[in-house]
Amino acid sequence: MSAVAAASLLEVEDLRVRFALPGRHLVAVDGVSFRIEPGEVFGLVGESGCGKTVTCRSLIRLFGGSPPKSIDGTVRFAGRDLGTLDAREWSALRGSEISMIFQDPMTSLNPTMRVGAQIAEGLQQHRGLGAREARAAAIDMLGAVGVPAAERRHHEYPHAFSGGMRQRVLIAIALACRPKLLIADEPTTALDVTVQDQILKLILKLRADLGMSVLLVTHDIGVVAQTCDRVAVMYAGKIVESGTTAQVVTRPAHPYTRALLAALPAHTRRGEKLRPIDGEPPNLAQPPAGCRFHPRCAFAVEACRAVVPPPIEVEAGHRSACLRALEIG
Amino acid sequence: MSTTVPTHAGDDVADPGAPLLSAHGLAKRFKIAGGAGTPLRRGPRRHVQALRDVSIEIHPGETLGIVGESGCGKSTLARCLSGLDAADTGTIHWQGRPMADGSTALERARRVQMVFQDPYASLNPRITLAQALDEVLLVHALASSRAERTERVDELLLTVGLAPRLKHQLPHALSGGQRQRISIARALAVGPQVLIADEPVSALDASIQAQIINLLEELRERLRIAFVFISHDLNVVRHISDRIAVMYFGQVVESADTDALFAQPAHPYTRALLAAIPQTDPARRSLVPALAGELPDPTAPPRGCSFSTRCPWVVEACRAQEPALLEQAPGHAVRCSNPAARTAGGPDPFAASTGESRVPTR
Repeated sequence: MSAVAAASLLEVEDLRVRFALPGRHLVAVDGVSFRIEPGEVFGLVGESGCGKTVTCRSLIRLFGGSPPKSIDGTVRFAGRDLGTLDAREWSALRGSEISMIFQDPMTSLNPTMRVGAQIAEGLQQHRGLGAREARAAAIDMLGAVGVPAAERRHHEYPHAFSGGMRQRVLIAIALACRPKLLIADEPTTALDVTVQDQILKLILKLRADLGMSVLLVTHDIGVVAQTCDRVAVMYAGKIVESGTTAQVVTRPAHPYTRALLAALPAHTRRGEKLRPIDGEPPNLAQPPAGCRFHPRCAFAVEACRAVVPPPIEVEAGHRSACLRALEIG
Repeated sequence: MSTTVPTHAGDDVADPGAPLLSAHGLAKRFKIAGGAGTPLRRGPRRHVQALRDVSIEIHPGETLGIVGESGCGKSTLARCLSGLDAADTGTIHWQGRPMADGSTALERARRVQMVFQDPYASLNPRITLAQALDEVLLVHALASSRAERTERVDELLLTVGLAPRLKHQLPHALSGGQRQRISIARALAVGPQVLIADEPVSALDASIQAQIINLLEELRERLRIAFVFISHDLNVVRHISDRIAVMYFGQVVESADTDALFAQPAHPYTRALLAAIPQTDPARRSLVPALAGELPDPTAPPRGCSFSTRCPWVVEACRAQEPALLEQAPGHAVRCSNPAARTAGGPDPFAASTGESRVPTR
């Protein structure tokens, strides 16, 4: 194991996830590589269908009812190759060292179980706490995520909580065992803007208190700008640009990132027309040849139709998978 | 293309100076199932007051933005304005006369149309786009023959930027953006003068959102339709609206011209809403939430000002009496009785990101 691999908490190399469709297959994630350092908030940003959720789920091998046909590439977590784990080792890892929170706080909780018991469950399972200790720890955790009157409310069922409070409960469940990595897939998309603001700031506070790393998946560049240390931009199953948040958001070096930022109403004066990206994202069962963004790209040249662009370092730590990255960066 | 969609302007102009559509003192209450009781006896019946004393005006050709969070009553307001729901009290006027005066339900439907948030749920999955549009033309008797209807369907599709060859598709074959275009075409088919769009771009990706917003702005200019644009996204509302009303807990708490609202937000809730929007400038970060606490229980509203439970400027008087919506400058009304709170506004959190476009154009 190299020295660099030992330093990163999570190391994803050349991840490729294929799903079987009738008569063909679809590569939802195609050669994705990134690293997350201890204590870092890393953002994965992109539009629907770009592969960001499949990437997250591949990291912990939880797919619900539709598992992929194959997952290739290596994922190393705290120096361990996750590809070699058996089912028992996976259950020991999930919820303990790696936790995940999902987009929809309405469907991710068990409606027939008191919230305190749902938080305590993991503590009993993974940390071997007794019922009384786990209950006390669950109440502490509820208080830590900002649920008022935790002493009383741990006894209630999920239906008694608002959307924002349910998301706090999910965060409490995810963080109860003090994981090293929290994977948060669109954790605030279903929430109102003032509640989103509360939850994102809570995640940042807990990151500082507990020293955990966070993989934050979002479609909202504003959320990235406000919370992430580093970010990778995904398009059609590939990472097209990565760097520190300041590099990617203020000096975008990939035409897709530039177009995505330029399309935001906040970046257009009132009375001016918005600048949408023409066309729609490609069908991943038949992706375009060469660069997948070339049919929608204002900078495309002939070579873009033929060559799959490799990531080019445009400045230290800032990479763009565009043949013309150095011209436009 | 300017003649493709007929408007029924001038049908019955009563008072030329009057607003096109106005609501006065709307209130709407919903019953909810009995609360916690015992298995044998239901708890007391409870009510949610979705709208409390809401008055707004929409003038010809203007866009009124309505912002607020879940449960603030913005969708109920939209449904009352469009006639889908009846308000309990209050009146709705069309060109200065009561909406229902001497008009049929179909006539009223041709004045005000709605576009909904979820284009996946608002189209019938079993009929083609052509059938969906044809049905509207048939019900409203807007074409004299099948051939004329077919022609109008093609025109409507072109109006919203879709190729007429798509018309024999079912909704599932379309993308989210294309479906929302069809929802807009269906609303335009009757030639409305007011289009109420309830979160029309919230379900769409950013790059597609911009396409739909541009389409709505184009239609507004070409057809001179007035818009009521409802959204929780202040960046979008700011871009499209002439005036904005901010709603909280069933009431309008502030209304002003768009520029005035962003330059001098006077209600503490408006300021919190502005501060909570994640800005795309990583250099402007804050670790303190813009607003603490939660919405009050809608079945047991707080006494006095409904924002008093979360307001950092709350004083005793706020809890004693409900403040009225008062004009503090011409066209700028605020529902806040504490002068210190109204003038406590900090710098415009949007100034840096909207004054100058930092992202180069393509």
